[in-house]
Amino acid sequence: MFVLVVGCGRVGSAIAKSMLAEGHEVSVLDENPEAIALLNRGQDRSWEDLGGSFTVGTALEIDAMLAAGVDQADAFVASTDGDNTNLVIAQIAQRRFNVGRVVVRVLDPGRARWYAEQGLQTVCPTQTAIELLEAAVRGQIHFEGVSG
Amino acid sequence: MYILIVGAGKVGWNLARELVEKENEVIVIESSRRRYEVVEEELEHSILYGDGTELWVLERAGIERAELVIAVTGDDEDNILICQMAREKYGVERVVARCNNPRNLQHFELLGIKPAISATDLILRLIEHEVPKYGLVHLLDLKEERLEIIEMEVADGAPADGTAVADLGLPDGSLVISILRDGGGFVPKGDSVVRAGDEVLLVLDIGLEDTVTERFSGVTPVASADVR
Repeated sequence: MFVLVVGCGRVGSAIAKSMLAEGHEVSVLDENPEAIALLNRGQDRSWEDLGGSFTVGTALEIDAMLAAGVDQADAFVASTDGDNTNLVIAQIAQRRFNVGRVVVRVLDPGRARWYAEQGLQTVCPTQTAIELLEAAVRGQIHFEGVSG
Repeated sequence: MYILIVGAGKVGWNLARELVEKENEVIVIESSRRRYEVVEEELEHSILYGDGTELWVLERAGIERAELVIAVTGDDEDNILICQMAREKYGVERVVARCNNPRNLQHFELLGIKPAISATDLILRLIEHEVPKYGLVHLLDLKEERLEIIEMEVADGAPADGTAVADLGLPDGSLVISILRDGGGFVPKGDSVVRAGDEVLLVLDIGLEDTVTERFSGVTPVASADVR
């Protein structure tokens, strides 16, 4: 499938790399041209040599989204550092470009919950951390080193 | 009326002032501490410090009983979210959003946020109005009603020049509603004669622009005269 990742930070770049390694077609959009460094890091060849594509542009600009291939995407990941940006671009991907699978990172549990109720697939790292930490404190789970 | 304004920049602050003067109950939310402190000196208890895209902040500001929510922050995505949550989560009937980048108007529209107001877009329209070289000026677009009101200058030698309104041969769905001439204006009758140099105002169905333009300019426009 063709995966478009918008926002190339720690989360976005990691998802992009594993999707490419699994053999999917991956396009990444970020407003910072330096962000490609995260995609190249720890790889033997550069991101583009490996077949990935990278577009510099603002997520809200339709031209940038189109250049990154939003109209072709089977899956769309909204992982910029702004909750509101993620929620808006995810809805654009879903409603305007009919992308079949849209996932959104939302740090604020309140907004994540409400938008999930509205039909968006939201992932809330804050909520996940709260649940894991609570379970670990209660002794319900135990993990060595970093969770997951 | 209970009005909630998000963003205490120049727009938000001045709106708050005017609306308070008109005897509304107004509360403003501002997320920058420094800005909050400046504005608080004047607005006192009518301003709240916090991120107006957070649900608990909106709730603390009493969004549930707001009759109007105005989102005028400098971020379009924030304004979209605020209005979306106001309407869909809290059932606020009326929202007004500021659109900072006119290219984002399509996003507001897609997500049903209206009215969205873009100062840049308004200025562009005023430029169209003031600079007649564009020929055709959109005065008002009623998108849902599929009607528009346009203004056109009658060119020398255009088919309309020297022709009575009744004989203009305008298509069905278009009507000349006034003629501006020599600094004045009047509502024409069928026998009023149009002259070169007149500004004519028409109301028409969307899509008739090209046919109508032809009557008054004498040339078929190559591209839309919209500056955007």
